[in-house]
Amino acid sequence: MPPAEPRAGSFLLSVRTVFLKDWRSELRTRYAVSALLMFVITTIAIILFSLGSESASADALDGMLWVVIFFAAMSGLSRTFVMEEERGTTLTLQLATPPAAVFFGKLLFNLVLVAGINAVTVLLYALFINGFVIRTMSIFVAAVALGSIALAAASTIIAAIIARANTKGTLYPVLSFPIMLPLLLSVIEATRKASEGAFFAEAGGEFQLLISYIVVVVVSSSMLFEYIWKD
Amino acid sequence: MSELVRCAGQGIRKEFDRRVVFRDVTFAVGAGETLLITGRNGSGKSTLVKIICGVLTPTAGTLTLEAGGKPAGDPHRHAGLVAPYVQMFEEFSPLENLQIGAGLRGSRFDGARASALLARVGLAGRINDPVRTFSSGMKQRVKYAFALQHEPALLVLDEPTANLDDEGVALARAVMAEQRARGALVVATNDPGDVETFERSVDLNAAR
Repeated sequence: MPPAEPRAGSFLLSVRTVFLKDWRSELRTRYAVSALLMFVITTIAIILFSLGSESASADALDGMLWVVIFFAAMSGLSRTFVMEEERGTTLTLQLATPPAAVFFGKLLFNLVLVAGINAVTVLLYALFINGFVIRTMSIFVAAVALGSIALAAASTIIAAIIARANTKGTLYPVLSFPIMLPLLLSVIEATRKASEGAFFAEAGGEFQLLISYIVVVVVSSSMLFEYIWKD
Repeated sequence: MSELVRCAGQGIRKEFDRRVVFRDVTFAVGAGETLLITGRNGSGKSTLVKIICGVLTPTAGTLTLEAGGKPAGDPHRHAGLVAPYVQMFEEFSPLENLQIGAGLRGSRFDGARASALLARVGLAGRINDPVRTFSSGMKQRVKYAFALQHEPALLVLDEPTANLDDEGVALARAVMAEQRARGALVVATNDPGDVETFERSVDLNAAR
């Protein structure tokens, strides 16, 4: 019997398949999760050792949390595209599915990965770093949630670009830093306001910027991705 | 099965970093026909194959795919490719690869049909083993199953008998004969024994 013809929901099915393929592959290899977790644990341990019995200022601790999150993302989020390139399966995906399905499937995978890792990072950071206190939890939760989405969106398109380059490892953080600077400044400022006990409305500017950043990055990435992906 | 009836290239040229791989390549292949692509190593056979499958854009010229008299749209719904440089997802089994293939193309997965297809390519006893444990010939058989799963109207074979034993070569020939009855076939090869009959041909040695 011939296979079923593609239906209206075929695009969503393709996106779901890309996501599930990467998810099941990650469950079997644990490559990205291991790299991310090891980075988070070792970095927090180094911060602990370097602080010793002293305590850093609240501003410095807020910034350091996002330094850990940024570099943890740099150590693992590029895998989703680099792995396809290294295994030679980029062509298989190009043959079987539209570029947009690959982009949104990989974006979804990176989003789940970064959300999970950020939850673990925040938990470990709050447990082990003395002086890191959040007084307005709603601001902090919104900053971490929006920051995770923005981080996943930006890192997905940058990973797609650098997967084709010869110097993948070096290029990823170098290219990511200027692109992610507005995102990092906003989440650091929102986290500072959360630790100072500001009202939720006082962080409205940061959240507006983060939402705008997410919309701009996702829309422009989905338009650019076909050109990056095809040739 | 998609109903592609014609694939045609007009004046196709491809350059990489200003190096011309081939120029002014013109061809057409329709249902029930075979297009044979020949040329020495480095003449651009695989490049032309990738252009036909829609994964590379020609530097100049036009490629048209028509289904039912209309532009076919996404080539991935109509084309299937078997080539040494196509890789399967090796951490997954052949059955899982076909499940992924169906999902990527936006089609529902039919497990019984996929198992029958894998049995047909000679992998009946190994459908649940990871592809990474397979020999190169067995991987080539998985590629055939992956490419044939959606019964493509345009089947493109680059070095179709690479890595295959005698039984595998017979399978490749049977697949080619069936494809001619179902749709269009494109074969890129340097081995004249790979293709018994063909209606159209492109010699890339003459297109430099």
